[in-house]
Amino acid sequence: MDLAYTKKQQAFRAEIRAWLAANVPAEPLQSFDTAEGFARHRQWEAKLNEGRWGMVTWPVEFGGRGCDLIDWLVFEEEYYRARAPLRVNQNGIFLLGPTLMEYGTAEQKARILPKMACGEEVWAQGWSEPNAGSDMAAIRARADLRGDRYVINGQKIWSTRAVWADWLFGMFRTDPASERHRGLTFILVPLDTPGITVRPIPQLDGLPGFAEVFFDDVEVAVENRLGDEGAGWQVAMATAGFERGLMLRSPARFQETARRLVELYRANRASAEGDPGVRDAVIRAWLDAESYCLATYQTACRLGQGGKIGAESSTNKIFWSELDQNMHATAMSILGARAELLPHAPDAAGVGTWLDGWLFSQSGPIYAGTNEIQRNIIAERMLGMPR
Amino acid sequence: MDFTFTEDQLLFQSSVREFLTAEVTPARIRASWETAGGRDPALWRQLADMGLAGLTVPEEFGGLGMSELDFVLLAQECGYVALPEPLVHMAMVAVPLLRQVGGDLAATWLPRIAAGEAKVVAGLEQNLLVEDAHIADLLLLQRGDAWYALSQGQVELRHNESVDPSRRLYAVDIKSGTDPISSGDAATALTAATLDRGALGCAAQALGLAQRMVDLAVAYSCDRQQFGKPIGSFQAVKHLMANVAVRLEYARAPVHRAAYSLANNDPGAARAVSHAKLAACEAANLAAKNSIQVHGAMGYTWEVDLHIYMKKAWALANTWGDASFHKARIADAIFADGAELGAGATFAEF
Repeated sequence: MDLAYTKKQQAFRAEIRAWLAANVPAEPLQSFDTAEGFARHRQWEAKLNEGRWGMVTWPVEFGGRGCDLIDWLVFEEEYYRARAPLRVNQNGIFLLGPTLMEYGTAEQKARILPKMACGEEVWAQGWSEPNAGSDMAAIRARADLRGDRYVINGQKIWSTRAVWADWLFGMFRTDPASERHRGLTFILVPLDTPGITVRPIPQLDGLPGFAEVFFDDVEVAVENRLGDEGAGWQVAMATAGFERGLMLRSPARFQETARRLVELYRANRASAEGDPGVRDAVIRAWLDAESYCLATYQTACRLGQGGKIGAESSTNKIFWSELDQNMHATAMSILGARAELLPHAPDAAGVGTWLDGWLFSQSGPIYAGTNEIQRNIIAERMLGMPR
Repeated sequence: MDFTFTEDQLLFQSSVREFLTAEVTPARIRASWETAGGRDPALWRQLADMGLAGLTVPEEFGGLGMSELDFVLLAQECGYVALPEPLVHMAMVAVPLLRQVGGDLAATWLPRIAAGEAKVVAGLEQNLLVEDAHIADLLLLQRGDAWYALSQGQVELRHNESVDPSRRLYAVDIKSGTDPISSGDAATALTAATLDRGALGCAAQALGLAQRMVDLAVAYSCDRQQFGKPIGSFQAVKHLMANVAVRLEYARAPVHRAAYSLANNDPGAARAVSHAKLAACEAANLAAKNSIQVHGAMGYTWEVDLHIYMKKAWALANTWGDASFHKARIADAIFADGAELGAGATFAEF
């Protein structure tokens, strides 16, 4: 065990820190759930890609730097420290990207990854359906193979970023006689294909962060199938473990929130200390964010040495989503009567971005598999309890 | 950056686990409760014969010269079986204290510890009572800003019964006319280091205890049938155990980092130790709470083994610094002007 960064890792940190200092926009960008904000975030992705910072863990030929997971964690630390814009293409770079690396053909990787890396093509996800949420194996949207094209009919819902995105990836039932996990196929769909209707759904903040997507005889070339026909479930699950979880929500994000919470507490100490529970919650927030970081480094090092990770990765999603909710709940109680005010309200001095974060934190225990589903997975696959 | 244990460290852990689970059975622990001193000299002999007593004794005194980091995985295993013998205390507290004191005292006692011939026990005022004072050949006691090295003839012991029959706790009065072995700043440094080592020992054992309670409750939930199926198939029961698994999963790395920090004399070690103890003891307390619930009325009986581990977990949470003490140390660190927090700060000091 050696918990010091190597010289190379330190140099890498210095390099990304300097680049971000020179390039991160001085003013925060508007939300990417607005048309203008989406465009600005897309430009930022292009900028990142110019510096080859789009996805540092990707191979060099796809615009990455071939970095290991520790470098990735260092990158994220600097990224959040610099308050750089959120990643508008996170569905692509963090979720689809690693899946493509594993299951994509050479042609697919060459065609899709570079445009993903520079933000030219932004991705939405299409998993859930009105009757297939936690029970994802209940998917009914169909894709029928006719010649060299799939013809898709059905409906997806809660498709994050679908309102302005260019492509959607999802699972469709290609064998109409199949049930549950069998007969599903992973297909990539250009969102400008005729027959697609996107109906935006406003989220808690009033902005259309996700959408319903209707498919009416939508024709997609068979070259957009990822993995084998009927193997969709395995493709979706195989890379769903730690790496994806780590990339989607690396510890840096929560450590920065914990740091800001400590700052908020110190700035409002006189009023905050009226409730001793607040001090306790702030301490706990910092400890848990630190625990998440330590455990992630430990796992990343183990993976780097060829170790494997199993169902224990399901603990990660519960841990960070509840931590995020707790931290924002604590911030709301520190802000007191100001907590409900929108940041631009005339008397909202000092509220910062806490309200926005509080709203978003409500989604954490729901998306990417509800925490109840994660608890079932932990109990059954990690602890061996009966189904 | 390498946050993993070596193959040797992991191998040693698994051989110690094998030995302990075979030898330190619940039945043997219960048998020791019935003896006057609550200790099992034959078991101590076995531990000594395996060389476990002298692992952290420097090689020049006949030990293996292991560090806190080498020993931390073994301390987890001692927790897993709720070992009543003072192995973790000796290896992680008494021996390092003797090393730190040095001189004749260390030269006299460390070889005897390594040979399995002597037991040395350290006591802090903060702990109120001294565990295993009755079996100590040498007692190292802190009083204010002084430390004393005492034989049984120089003290008077008053037994205090614990909820955990495995814990033998004593109030120790020092008879008059003894001189301290250390005083002033040097003694204060000994006190601070001893507290951190003791707290780390508790944290590591708490990890093992939590794991044991999870294992017991999961096994029971697979076995016990109600409504025609194992109770472990019900989500309400599953989620009780999953909640423990989550807290436990994120308590391990802080304990390992604290062990590394102590072994490397890292200036941030005290904060790391407090983090480790809070996280591990919280996981163990949750394991106790949810495991007794899963066991139902059986969990509330003397007969079922769960309480062996549960009671030890409760006790460890409030000794070598209780939660309020360790939270206060965290608060002092993170609420200080200029504290380095946030992304990138975790390993910045190494």
